[in-house]
Amino acid sequence: MNKGLCNWRLFSLFGMMALLLAGCGKPFLSTLQPAGEVADMQYSLMLLSTSIMVLVIVVVAIIFVYVVIRFRRRKGEENKIPKQVEGSHKLEIIWTVIPIILLLILAVPTVLTTFKLADVKAMNDKKRDKNTVVVNVRANQYWWEFEYPDYGIITSQDLVVPTNEKVYFNLIASDVKHSFWIPAVGGKMDTNTDNKNQFWLVFDQKATDKAGGVFYGKCAELCGPSHALMDFKVRPLPRDQFDAWVKKMQNAKKPVVTDPVAKEGEAIFNKSCIGCHAVTPLDKRPAQARTAPNLADFGDRERIAGILEHNEENLKKWLRDPNSVKPGNKMAGTYGHLTEEQIDALTKYLMSLKVE
Amino acid sequence: MSTIARKKGVGAVLWDYLTTVDHKKIAHLYLISGGFFFLLGGLEALFIRIQLAKPNNDFLVGGLYNEVLTMHGTTMIFLAAMPLIFAFMNAVVPLQIGARDVAFPFLNALGFWMFFFGGLFLNCSWFLGGAPDAGWTSYASLSLDSKAHHGIDFYTLGLQISGFGTLMGGINFLVTIINMRAPGMTFMRMPMFTWATFVTSALILFAFPPLTVGLIFMMMDRLFGGNFFNPAAGGNTIIWEHLFWVFGHPEVYILVLPAFGIFSEIFATFSRKRLFGYSSMVFATVLIAFLGFMVWAHHMFTVGMGPIANAIFAVATMTIAVPTGVKIFNWLFTMWGGSIKFTTPMHYAVAFIPSFVMGGVTGVMLAAAAADYQYHDSYFVVAHFHYVIVGGVVFALLAGTHYWWPKMFGRMLNETLGKMTFWLFFIGFHLTFFIQHFLGLTGMPRRVFTYLPNQGWETGNFVSTVGAFFMAAATIILLINIVVTTAKGEKVPGDAWGDGRTLEWAIASPPPVYNFAQTPLVRGLDAFWLEKMEGKKELTPAEPLGDIHMPNSSFLPFVIAFGLFVAAFGFTYHNDAGWGLPVGILGLLITLGSMFLRSVIDDHGFHIHKEEVLELEKKEANA
Repeated sequence: MNKGLCNWRLFSLFGMMALLLAGCGKPFLSTLQPAGEVADMQYSLMLLSTSIMVLVIVVVAIIFVYVVIRFRRRKGEENKIPKQVEGSHKLEIIWTVIPIILLLILAVPTVLTTFKLADVKAMNDKKRDKNTVVVNVRANQYWWEFEYPDYGIITSQDLVVPTNEKVYFNLIASDVKHSFWIPAVGGKMDTNTDNKNQFWLVFDQKATDKAGGVFYGKCAELCGPSHALMDFKVRPLPRDQFDAWVKKMQNAKKPVVTDPVAKEGEAIFNKSCIGCHAVTPLDKRPAQARTAPNLADFGDRERIAGILEHNEENLKKWLRDPNSVKPGNKMAGTYGHLTEEQIDALTKYLMSLKVE
Repeated sequence: MSTIARKKGVGAVLWDYLTTVDHKKIAHLYLISGGFFFLLGGLEALFIRIQLAKPNNDFLVGGLYNEVLTMHGTTMIFLAAMPLIFAFMNAVVPLQIGARDVAFPFLNALGFWMFFFGGLFLNCSWFLGGAPDAGWTSYASLSLDSKAHHGIDFYTLGLQISGFGTLMGGINFLVTIINMRAPGMTFMRMPMFTWATFVTSALILFAFPPLTVGLIFMMMDRLFGGNFFNPAAGGNTIIWEHLFWVFGHPEVYILVLPAFGIFSEIFATFSRKRLFGYSSMVFATVLIAFLGFMVWAHHMFTVGMGPIANAIFAVATMTIAVPTGVKIFNWLFTMWGGSIKFTTPMHYAVAFIPSFVMGGVTGVMLAAAAADYQYHDSYFVVAHFHYVIVGGVVFALLAGTHYWWPKMFGRMLNETLGKMTFWLFFIGFHLTFFIQHFLGLTGMPRRVFTYLPNQGWETGNFVSTVGAFFMAAATIILLINIVVTTAKGEKVPGDAWGDGRTLEWAIASPPPVYNFAQTPLVRGLDAFWLEKMEGKKELTPAEPLGDIHMPNSSFLPFVIAFGLFVAAFGFTYHNDAGWGLPVGILGLLITLGSMFLRSVIDDHGFHIHKEEVLELEKKEANA
C-alpha cells in the first residue's frame, strides 16, 4: 500500500501541475474568462456547483483515506473475522438528507438562470425597439451566414455586433444540424434544420478589449468531415462604431475594380463563382439560393475559409484545392480547373473586396 | 453426449462452442468476443488520441476520423461493454441464485449469436466503402446527409440485430431471476450483483424498444424511401434525438448498475464484511433505474426545448445523485471496520470510488441546465462520461475479470501482473481524462478531428495522448497475464479467494456442467459465508441427489442469427444491385426456416444420471 500512496501523491502533484499549465485558457475563447452577462451567469453557476461538488469530494476523500489505511488487513490478522454490520438508519438518513439540501442549493439558481437565459420577449415584440439588434444566423456545411433583417444586410464568417447590450439571435441550419457557440461570451444553442431557435448574448466592451477585439466562435455539433474547421470570428464594436459599420454596409456599392489583374479576376469570378457567392451585402436572393458565403467584405475578413491566416498565399491554396483545407466542403469541384494565372487574378480580385 | 470432460480436438471444441446452450460457455463466448471488440475499440481510441496529440496533425483527417470516432463509441458501448457485462451475468448469476442454467438456454445462445453477427456486420463496413461516420448518437440530419457510402446503413442494421440479442438476454435474466432461485433465496437474500442484473434486465426491456423504433425509422428513411426525419416532407429530426436518448440515458445505467453490482461483491468479499445497508443498496438501485427513465432530455438542453422542459429535466437529473451518493457511502462503510485485503479486484474497487465520484459530481454540474449550455458538446462532456464509463464500468469489468476468472476457468490470474495492469490503467486513465475537463472549459468542442495552434489546447491534448498509451500498455499486460495463466496458472479450489460469500464460491472452479449436484438451501444473505461461519464446508442441500435434466446443444441459434446477417447485407445493397433483394429474402428465409425447425422438432433434453453425477463429484473432491 505504501507504493500505492506514493503513486497517488505523484498523481495529484501531476494533476496540479497540469492545472497550472492549462490556466484559465485564452480570453478570446475560454468559458473561464466570461466576456458578457450570459457567460457571467453561467460562470457563477459553474463556480457554485463546483464548490458544492468539491465539498462532496472532500468528505468522501476523508472517509476514503481513513478507511483504506485504517482497516487494511495486517500481518497476523489472516483469520480475523470482522463484526458483520447490517447498516445504520441514522447514517443512511444523514447521507440522504444532506445531499438533498446541497442539491436544492444548486437547483434554485439553476432554474432561475435557465428561465432568464431563455427570455427573448424583446426580439419577438411586434413593436420592437429599433435599436434592438437581431441577427439571423444560418449554419451551413462549413460556414456561417449572419443576416441583419432590420438593416437588410448580409455577411458571413465574421459576426459584427454592438457591445454592452443584448444582441438577439435567430438560429437555423440549412443542411444538417450545427451548434452556435462563442465560448467566452456564452453557452451554445443548436441550429436545427427543423425549426428556428432564439437566444441572446451580451458582448462586454472591456472583455473585448482584453481579448484583442475578436472572439472565437465554434460549431459544437458534429456536422461532417470538416466539423472541426467550422470556426467563425466575432468582432464586437462600441455602439457608434457598430452603427457606422451598418451604414457602410447598407451603402455599399458594387465593387469597382481598376487594377487590370483584378479585373481579369472579376471576369473569372463572374463566370465561375457568382452563381453562389454574392459580392454585395445587400443580397436579395432567398436563403435557399445563398449557397455560399457572402464575400462583400472579403478583403477585411479575419481568416480564409474560417481557419487559415488571412493572406494571399492561403487564399491561393484554398482556391487550388479546397478539399486540402476543408475536407468535404461544398465548393470543391464546382468551378472547374483554374490555371495558376487565373488563381492569381482571382486572388487579387477577392482581396480587393472591401466595403468602404 | 458425454458429460465427462476429456481432451477434445480443436474442431470438436469449436463445434461445442458453436452449438452450446450452457450459460457458462456462453459466458466464455461473450467474454472472448466482447474482449476482442474492446481491443478494437481501444485501438480506435488510440488512433483518435494520436491524431489529437498535436495541432494540425494529419494522421486521421476529416471523414476517416469521424468514422473512427463513431466506431470507437459504438463499439465500446454496444460491442464491448454490454457483452462483457453479459459475460459476467451469464457466468455468475445462475450460480449466485443456485440454478442449473438460465430459464431459456436456447434463447441465451440465440441472444449471443445475434449480438455477435450484429457486431460483425457493423465492422464489415470498414472493408465495404466506409464505416458509419455520424457519431455513436447518429443524429438524423447528419446521418441522412452521409451518402458517400453505406456506413450508416451498417449502423442501423447491425445495431438492430445486436439489439435484439441484448433484448433476449434481458428477458432471459428477468425470467431466470424471478423463477429459478434456489429454495430460501428470497428477493432480499439475493446477492447485489444478481439484484443489479435483475434491475438492468428490466431497464433493457424498456430501453431497447425506443432504440429499435428509431433505428427502423432511420433504416426506412435511408433504404426504403421513408421521410420520418426529413423536415421538408413533414418529418422531424428532433424525434430521433428523443428516441435515441430515451434509450441512451437508461443505457448508461444498463452499463453502470452491473458495475455497481460487481463492486458490491468485491467490497464485501475483500473486507470480509456483509454489504453495509443491503436493503438501502437494493432500494437505491431500483430508484436509480426508475429515475434513469425520467432524465433523457438532459442530453438535449441546447436543442431549444424551452426553459420549462430544461428546468424540469435539470432538477430530475440532480435527484439521481442522491441514491448514487447513498451507494458510495454504503461501500465506504462496508470497508469501515472490515479487514481489507488488497487483491487486484479490490484495487479496482477502491480506485473506483474516487474516480466514479469525480464522474458523478461533474454529472451534477452538467445537470445545471444553464451552465450546461457551456459544457454541452465540449471536451468537458467527453471527460465526464469517460470518468463514468471507464472509471465505473471499465474498472468494474477489469475487476470482474480478475475476480471471477478463477471461477470461470479454474485458474488464478497472476496477481503481480494484475496489479501492474491496475496501476498503469489507473494512472493512464486519470492522465487522459482529467485534463479534458479543462480543455472543454477553455472552449474545445468535442468530435473535432483537429485544432489550430494558439488556442491554449496543446499541452492538454498532449498529456491526454500520453495517458492513452499508459492504458494501452496496461491492456497488453492483461493479455500477457491471460496467456500466461491459461498456459500454467495455479489451479484453484471452489472458494478461490478464500473469502467467498455467495453461492458461486461453494462449487468447483470451473463449475461442473450441471452447476449444483443438489440444489442448495439458502438460509440468508451471503449464503455460503453463513455456512462457513458455522464451520461447514458445503451448502445444505435442498433436495436428494437425483438425475439432472439438461438441455441439448443446438446449432439453430447460430443459423437463425446468421440468416439475419445475410439479410442485412441484401437489404443494405438492394438499391444499388440486383442481387440485393434476393439475398435479403434468402437471409430472412434462413432465419424463419430455422425458427420453424425449432418449433416443430421436439427436444426434451437429456438426463445426467445420478451415478454419473456422483462420479464427477468424487473426482472433483479428489482433484
